[in-house]
Amino acid sequence: MLRNLVRFHNCLGHAFSPPTVCPRGQMFKLLPLLSVNSKSYSIITERKKFYEDVSISHGEGGMFEINLDRRKLKTPGGKLFTAPNEALAIAVANEWDTQKDMLKFYSMHMTTLCNTALDNPTFRSKDQMITAALKYLETDTLCYRVEEPPSLVELQNNEWDPVLNWIEDRYNVVIGSSTSILGPEIPQATMDTFRQHLGSYNFWSLTGLEYVITQLRSVVLAFALIDKHITVEQAVLLSRLEEEFQIGHWGNVEWAHDVDLYDLRSRTAAGALFVHFSSESSTVKRKLMQE
Amino acid sequence: MASLSSPLRICRGILREIRAIKGPEYKQCLAYNYVLDQFRKNQITGERYCRAQEEALHASHSYLCLLTSTRQHMALYDIYHGKGQRDTEEMAGIVGLRLPTQPGGKGWEK
Repeated sequence: MLRNLVRFHNCLGHAFSPPTVCPRGQMFKLLPLLSVNSKSYSIITERKKFYEDVSISHGEGGMFEINLDRRKLKTPGGKLFTAPNEALAIAVANEWDTQKDMLKFYSMHMTTLCNTALDNPTFRSKDQMITAALKYLETDTLCYRVEEPPSLVELQNNEWDPVLNWIEDRYNVVIGSSTSILGPEIPQATMDTFRQHLGSYNFWSLTGLEYVITQLRSVVLAFALIDKHITVEQAVLLSRLEEEFQIGHWGNVEWAHDVDLYDLRSRTAAGALFVHFSSESSTVKRKLMQE
Repeated sequence: MASLSSPLRICRGILREIRAIKGPEYKQCLAYNYVLDQFRKNQITGERYCRAQEEALHASHSYLCLLTSTRQHMALYDIYHGKGQRDTEEMAGIVGLRLPTQPGGKGWEK
């Protein structure tokens, strides 16, 4: 009996999962199912690959859609998945193309970001996101310095001060760093400048930016990355500076440090790319040859 | 800060990643053609310092980072991540036992 129960739920399990896919012409929505078999009480994070080809197509309003075989991709909220430009669509399509046998949703960061921007499941407005992002500035990694050991202090000064100086110059603000437990005092003028700057981003870009800030645990680093002042690898390194210091001293543990490093890199890279695609618009100007 | 590597290296890196993902038919895939296209388009510029070119370079560097780090993370994940609980039958099988069967069904089942 137990065996039959397990088989029954295994069969059912394959029919549902996020992100949902809708056969063309039919508008029914499949809900994610809590997998209640003897394995575990967890939301399905993997399911079998059910398509062969991935392609993109033009939808209405200049948006791009993803096609898995003949069916169009939908978000977990049930809406049709649309990307505002081709680059983003291709990045997402490539993620789906990368999957073999089992679909691993936790590795599809671009898709996740697009889903969040499309569905907005927590109903956040632009202002809320800007406020949350700025609040992070008060506990920014780069502003929290240690007092000892001296080699770590020196490392922090050498690596983090240039980035702080850069952002203070670029935006004409004062941030400063502090060794106290309360952190630096951020003047209101700084907050206002940043608020104004963030207001110029659209909703999609803000989603990506907030994601990068949360991953890197620093507003300053996120800005430096988005403004293309530093690369993703550099941003991740600066974010994990103390960890890298300790690794240099005590040694590296592959199943913790490396996993963490690559995970952080992939998420940050996805976030940075997402912001870049959401806020860019490119035109090709051709110069006429003179003769 | 530090300068980015040359466009050629990044382009080669991305195409290598795509080949690692797709296998033999990598030349037909979407991403391959798009990436090559973009690199070709952004190559030609009359200005000495072209902001758009720098931005495109940074974006391509980020994409390369995304592809490599996702692949590396998945590789480590497959090695180290826990496989989850086995089901009861499998567990019993490990120690050489089998689950009991009751052909008539237990009292409370149909």
